[in-house]
Amino acid sequence: MASNKKYWKSVEELNENSSIVDTLRQNEFVEEIPTDDFLGDKETLEKSSTTRRDFLKYVGFSTAAASLASCEGPVKKAIPYVVKPNEITPGVADYYASTIADGYDFASVLVKVREGRPIKLEPNKDTNGSTNARVQASVLSLYDSLRLQAPSKAGSSISWDTADNEIGKALTSVAAANKTIAILSSTDANPTTTKLVADFTENYGNVRHVIYDAVSESAAIDAFEAMYGKRALPSYDFSKAKAIVSVGADFLGDWQGGNFDNDYAKGRIPDHGKMSHHTQFESNMTLSGANADVRVMVKPSVQNAILADLYNALVNGASAKDANVAKAVKEIRKAGSNAVVVTGIQDKNAQLLAMAINNAIGSEVMNTSVTNNTRQGNDTEVAQLVADMKAGRIGAILINNSNPVYTLPNSADFVEGLGKVDLSVAFSMVNNETVQATQYALPTPHNLESWGVVEMKSGQFSLMQPTIRPLFDTRQFQDCLLKWTGNTQKYYDYIKTEISALGADKSFNKALQDGHFSASSSEEVTTGEVDLSAAYRSVANVKGNGLELQLYTKTGLGDGQQANNPWLQELPDPITRTTWDNYLTISQVDADKFNLSMPLSSLTQRSLHDADGGLNGYYCELTVGDVKVTIPVLIQPGQAPGSVGLALGYGRKAGLKSEMQVGKNAYHFYKNFNTSQSGVSLKKVDGVHEFACTQLHNTMMGRGDIVKETTLATYNDHSLDPKHTWNPVPVVSYKHQEVEATTVDLWDEFDRSVGHHFNLSIDLNACTGCGACVVACHAENNVPVVGKAEVRKSRDMHWLRIDRYYSSDMTEEKAHEEGIGAIEKFSEMENPSANPQVAFQPIMCQHCNHAPCETVCPVAATSHGRQGQNQMAYNRCVGTRYCANNCPYKVRRFNWFDYANNKEFDFNMNDDLGKMVLNPDVTVRSRGVMEKCSMCIQMTQATILKAKKEGRPVGDDEFETACSNACGTGAMVFGDLNNKNSKVAKLKEDKRAYHLLEHIGTRPNVVYQVKVRNTEA
Amino acid sequence: MKILYQTRKKHIFISMKSVKQHNLFSRLTLSSLAFLFFFTINLSAQGDAKNGKKLFNSNCAACHKLDKDLVGPKLRDITEKRTNEWLKAWIKDNAAFQKVDADAKEAAEWSPTAMTAFPQFSDQDIDDILEYTKPVVVEEGAGGSGAVSMVPVQQEKDNTLLYILGAIVLVMLLMLFNLYRTVNELRGDAPKRQSFSEQANDVWEAFKANKFLHFLMVIFFLLATAYFVFGWLSQVGVDQGYQPIQPIEFSHKIHAGDNKIDCQYCHSAAKHSKTSGIPSANVCMNCHMNISEVADDTKIGNHGKDILDKEIQKLYDAVGWDADKLQYTGETKPIEWVRVHNLPDFAYFNHSQHVTVAGLKCQKCHGPVEEMDEVYQYAPLTMDWCITCHRETEVDLTENGYYKKIHEQLAKKYGVEKVTEAQMGGLECGKCHY
Repeated sequence: MASNKKYWKSVEELNENSSIVDTLRQNEFVEEIPTDDFLGDKETLEKSSTTRRDFLKYVGFSTAAASLASCEGPVKKAIPYVVKPNEITPGVADYYASTIADGYDFASVLVKVREGRPIKLEPNKDTNGSTNARVQASVLSLYDSLRLQAPSKAGSSISWDTADNEIGKALTSVAAANKTIAILSSTDANPTTTKLVADFTENYGNVRHVIYDAVSESAAIDAFEAMYGKRALPSYDFSKAKAIVSVGADFLGDWQGGNFDNDYAKGRIPDHGKMSHHTQFESNMTLSGANADVRVMVKPSVQNAILADLYNALVNGASAKDANVAKAVKEIRKAGSNAVVVTGIQDKNAQLLAMAINNAIGSEVMNTSVTNNTRQGNDTEVAQLVADMKAGRIGAILINNSNPVYTLPNSADFVEGLGKVDLSVAFSMVNNETVQATQYALPTPHNLESWGVVEMKSGQFSLMQPTIRPLFDTRQFQDCLLKWTGNTQKYYDYIKTEISALGADKSFNKALQDGHFSASSSEEVTTGEVDLSAAYRSVANVKGNGLELQLYTKTGLGDGQQANNPWLQELPDPITRTTWDNYLTISQVDADKFNLSMPLSSLTQRSLHDADGGLNGYYCELTVGDVKVTIPVLIQPGQAPGSVGLALGYGRKAGLKSEMQVGKNAYHFYKNFNTSQSGVSLKKVDGVHEFACTQLHNTMMGRGDIVKETTLATYNDHSLDPKHTWNPVPVVSYKHQEVEATTVDLWDEFDRSVGHHFNLSIDLNACTGCGACVVACHAENNVPVVGKAEVRKSRDMHWLRIDRYYSSDMTEEKAHEEGIGAIEKFSEMENPSANPQVAFQPIMCQHCNHAPCETVCPVAATSHGRQGQNQMAYNRCVGTRYCANNCPYKVRRFNWFDYANNKEFDFNMNDDLGKMVLNPDVTVRSRGVMEKCSMCIQMTQATILKAKKEGRPVGDDEFETACSNACGTGAMVFGDLNNKNSKVAKLKEDKRAYHLLEHIGTRPNVVYQVKVRNTEA
Repeated sequence: MKILYQTRKKHIFISMKSVKQHNLFSRLTLSSLAFLFFFTINLSAQGDAKNGKKLFNSNCAACHKLDKDLVGPKLRDITEKRTNEWLKAWIKDNAAFQKVDADAKEAAEWSPTAMTAFPQFSDQDIDDILEYTKPVVVEEGAGGSGAVSMVPVQQEKDNTLLYILGAIVLVMLLMLFNLYRTVNELRGDAPKRQSFSEQANDVWEAFKANKFLHFLMVIFFLLATAYFVFGWLSQVGVDQGYQPIQPIEFSHKIHAGDNKIDCQYCHSAAKHSKTSGIPSANVCMNCHMNISEVADDTKIGNHGKDILDKEIQKLYDAVGWDADKLQYTGETKPIEWVRVHNLPDFAYFNHSQHVTVAGLKCQKCHGPVEEMDEVYQYAPLTMDWCITCHRETEVDLTENGYYKKIHEQLAKKYGVEKVTEAQMGGLECGKCHY
């Protein structure tokens, strides 16, 4: 180490004459311990009745007593039910069909309930349900100890009776004064709520119901209304799509309520040599862009021109101006009616053009007769309401499941308006900014404690039913409406009568069991006259203004209502792999321009990593109009130059644990409910931000055979032998001859043909990177949350991670052609290109048949089962961590702290309520042991036991793991290889199948399918 | 007359261990004695109380007790309230009888539940039952002690005689041996004996001189210490024989042993779930709604009826059952049992696998529970104990449809017909630790 370097901890140390520094140097203990005062005081000492001998006796006795007492085991109590409910058998899980509809996410789910506690959500596959990461995690939000627990008035608790009385009186007086009563609620897609609000209106007269989505799709709804006369969204079936062109629509994310990835993935698996072609024009790197075949970086304002160009070419028959648009048009023409154009531009005219294009090409993907009801917000009405409130025209406001004080860009106006209404009531499950700003806060139950009917798509209804008795003194909004309109019915009874009134095709009980019923929709869509040429002119004339900001929602936090959920906070963003933060994504070009690039380090260029391997970023001040926010910058490959991206949903403070109060509130920039804002200015400010980013953790960089990909043309070329061309089997030298690595073995092979042999297949084509599997794994396997500081130290505990790979401009071939040296070549290879291709790869324990971890464990804590699972006996592990060192896939996680009983980690496991989500069938690991994916052995064993008890063989595709069950896209398929009828047995033999790092001979039981891109060349 | 007395006595023998349903058997016995010896009335002419009791227990006891109201009124002294004919008419078909008899109509209002008709009873049957319900006259002061004297003390097997005999034989043999030696010594055949102290001294000297023996002894001492320390450490956390005091003095011996209630009647989760389940209090009430006190002679340890009746009361307190009004109060208080069998959290055990699939008897692991008043941990519940059984137990591959394919494969591939649990993978760490 250089001797002339000076190291210091504090700036004060630089001052040579500092007396403080000198004192600190001389005295190790800053505060003196007053031993002399105590021992020198002879008088006090002599007064004491305890002699030295007695003292020693006490010490001796208490030590002996303590050690004797510790020899006895603790007495454990077992408390049975007094009256056991019939449907509960302790130790056996019950499943109930229900629905999650929190205003942002909508999903039909199965709720796994153990002894009356919901512990996991699974997609209800019978009703085509699919779950994303937030839906999977919402079971933990049920056990949020900071939820509202009782009604309160101005912060002090009141009883429901008092609340009913006072609010009832206030409502009556407001109605008598002929002032407006406003109901502001998020989309709940619940036809019975609509009916109840109508009854409420009849009762009180002047009622205005405004639906407000924090992240709005109002532009698209307005466009649909103009065209078809109904406020709704068209539904899309991407499984029918052969050509998809998206202009700024992240439909694999949260565009129009999401839930498109299952259908999308169906078209992406090249089953019979065919797959859809996906072109994405976008500014931020999104999941859709990452999965696209062609991704074009376009900043938000230019997206309008692209759409106009598309419209002009496809509807007016003109030739496209833009080369990329021309290619997209070609693909669309080729696909004919199996093409679709979608756009995420928050402008009514742009949405009109997209629908007009789909109509022009006769798209079968877009369906306007079955509408999507998961977004119903009306921006104009919301703006009008805020204006009316400020003007004092609103007498009372009832806010349901909505947090406008936090999410409204003009929340200051809203708060001012709240001061002018006579009565403000917030119905909310959680404590939030709006709850604190209103007069009355009425706690509502979680979806898992509620009744409900949800019509996500017109005519298709899902039922919501409680799976636990309400944890707190809560009441549903609908029950309040019933009560306040003088209806004595409970909402449950109301639903029962209502669903037959809706014309359900089955009985209530059957519908409840299935979680679903359908009814013919009475609403007919009409076709209205729309001036499309005006819309075209308007869209074509949009001009950008300097740097542009594209707001987006993250896979983890969405609109931010589940910000107190540690699973979601710690879920790495699929693209940036960063946890616990939001940040400004910026292109390398712009970062250089604004002097926001980190100084070059020798190998990992353009970002500075500290000793822990954590990623850092500079802070900048982001200004749009009069709003300024200081935010860290993260350089994002694929970010369109001239644009920056920022995630909504962060920066909440109210009702959150201190650990969860991360990031900055981007809703301030969400002006006019438009996700793209122009006229943005950036200014670098002092300071370096430390990200908790997992993208550099556990890297396998520099080793081959990780992500394999090919093009559709190559895949379809039957003259090629995949083994030697696009899916090469690695070769090793054996007896001086090159042989396939799979044919050489150091070890004797066991016979695994009897019984079960589990394999997991992961299709890189179908994996969209959505992260549902990661959260499902958390829930199933009691994986602890470690917090931001620990994640930064590479101590994240995710058993399952989704690696994201960027392609690089540098290739072996290019290096060879241009004569570039090895060091520079590898260095360049780790430098992603400006618009990289992306691949997602879920990685968990590969369950190697010849596992390197097993041979190095000195205590045989990890061993192999004949069913193919690499087993980890926690009670045997002594924590040498040799296994983690020797694992080539870096999937083993060391439990550094007793996360479940350590108040330093104030997450769900240290919380009496949060502990209720733990799976009783899986050990909660203690400190000092290694843990990793078990291939859900508790689930496979349970499936086997079920078959044994019923005296039958296990079904063909009966085996599931938490991740494969949560995966709606079909990317993860789990099953028994010895059952030749199972899907996984066929996938294992597929020509796309390969193993990770095959040349090292680990023989994994996780098999990957080569990614096929529908690109040219 | 004598025969009658004896049958009654025998009857007491039978009911001794069972829970008391209604009356005091001893009083009954004594009353019959009183009848026999002081009044000499021919009882058989009026009805056979033994048959009456049998009929009463199988037909009436669900709703009637002798000395206490239940669903129906108590039946002691009923013959004094109603005439024999009235009762016969009522019992055979009370609904029809109500239409013709005002008293019957009034009687029907006693309970909201209508009484079942018993047309199958003959007049003699009803006489027998009524005989059984008749009041008994108790001789002053003879109550409790009389009953106790009736209870035969179970004889412990006495081996004292055998020991004495053995000792005599031993002494005789020793005497014989000494006699033989003395005779030999007198003859001069045997060498003269050294004194005991001389002998001991020789051994001690030899021992002192032998360094190798010292070395061996040290080694032996160390090994022995290690053995015992290891043995002691191995039992840390092994709670075999653990018999905690439970909040209610519940006897498995009375329930599973004497009354032969199936284990899974109460522990019904065992066949479905990983836990066997402690029965919820409502399961207890299936029987204890009618059984509010134990038989007079029931004993658990030193505790007799006076204490044990209070234990049943504890159950009533828990479920909120008012034994006088015969209704639930709604105030419940869960019973906090003390867990006897504690597996560590990292070990997974599933009852249904062993009970339903393997068809094991509960006693295999839990021991003779039907003989335990208070349950103790019978098996050590160590891993060694688990895997020893898995090594020895053969899996029946033929009966269960799940194993059929595995059986075919094994037979075809290896010509194996039978495998042990261990060979099926029952020793793999991950089968129990996850």
